[in-house]
Amino acid sequence: MSAAVSQIDELKTTPWSGGRSPFNVEYGKMMMWFFLLSDAFTFSSLLIAYGALRFSAPTWPVPSLVFQSVPGTSIEHGAPLVFVGLMTFILILSSVTMVLAVEAGHRMAKKEVVGWMIATVIGGLMFLSCQALEWNHLHSEGFWWSAIPNAETLKEFFEGNVPLGQQQMTAHQFANLFFTITGFHGFHVFSGVIINIIITLNVLAGTYEKRGSYLMIEKVGLYWHFVDLVWVFVFTFFYLV
Amino acid sequence: MSSEPTEVHHAEGEHGETMTRKKIVRVFLILLAITCVEFFIALYLVPNHHMPINVANPVYIVLTLLKAFYIVAFFMHLKFEKTAMVYTLIVPILFIIGLILVLTNESHHWITLRH
Repeated sequence: MSAAVSQIDELKTTPWSGGRSPFNVEYGKMMMWFFLLSDAFTFSSLLIAYGALRFSAPTWPVPSLVFQSVPGTSIEHGAPLVFVGLMTFILILSSVTMVLAVEAGHRMAKKEVVGWMIATVIGGLMFLSCQALEWNHLHSEGFWWSAIPNAETLKEFFEGNVPLGQQQMTAHQFANLFFTITGFHGFHVFSGVIINIIITLNVLAGTYEKRGSYLMIEKVGLYWHFVDLVWVFVFTFFYLV
Repeated sequence: MSSEPTEVHHAEGEHGETMTRKKIVRVFLILLAITCVEFFIALYLVPNHHMPINVANPVYIVLTLLKAFYIVAFFMHLKFEKTAMVYTLIVPILFIIGLILVLTNESHHWITLRH
């Protein structure tokens, strides 16, 4: 018998012929991606529901009139987008410190990873504080889940002559959608901060140094960037459009 | 299992396509610049009637998608993953377009229902 293997029995080595990951991604990282995919569907459902209700509404509270104060300061009027601009800047910056932590992890530089992770946690906490101020400000005006300001305050948020009934109906929808969507996003930021703290403690304890790879930083990094990504959309659809 | 993470890093090293600090700063500046353009439109162009709101809104959406691309491609590193991985994650997202089309269409119908 010849020792030559017939062509059909030859072991294939293409990426999809089994025995190795065709995606060339570690299991946990791939699962994080799939979780984020499902989360992307949740957020887009919420945002598309918001879009559908706003499209079908005869009028809508004008963003530059609703969000024209800087909570935490004495500026009450005439500064639209300033506060939310600060929030956006903080979140993008904390995303940058996160990639810098990942980059330091590739070089196995433990001290740098810890530094950037702490910066990311601080950024997350700053964002959450800003959101608490924003919520508190809207709440003090009378907005809450299915609660709206009185007629006197409410008319400041609309342009032109909008009948009171329409003002109340759309303000209700606005309040529910705003608190639900930014609340769901804020909850993600909150859990992201908690996860980042846990991972930072693990880095300090030397867990990943022993493991020989800082891949875990990449996985929580993916989650953190996703939170930033969602904010980019929330920012556009609630504050700009 | 134990050899897998090192393989992943090896593959990345071969192409030399990871995020360097320089690239990170560049992407950050791009994101910042896009946000500044959005502010410029919202605070200057629209209030001073240089740009009507129905032009500004699609511009906002395009700029938002651009920001989303930079975050996903560079910060989340997706640009440097295997093509199969990229498609696995991007193709399901296309279903969202379907939902947007269905619900915007439906919401226009709701307007006529209300009258």
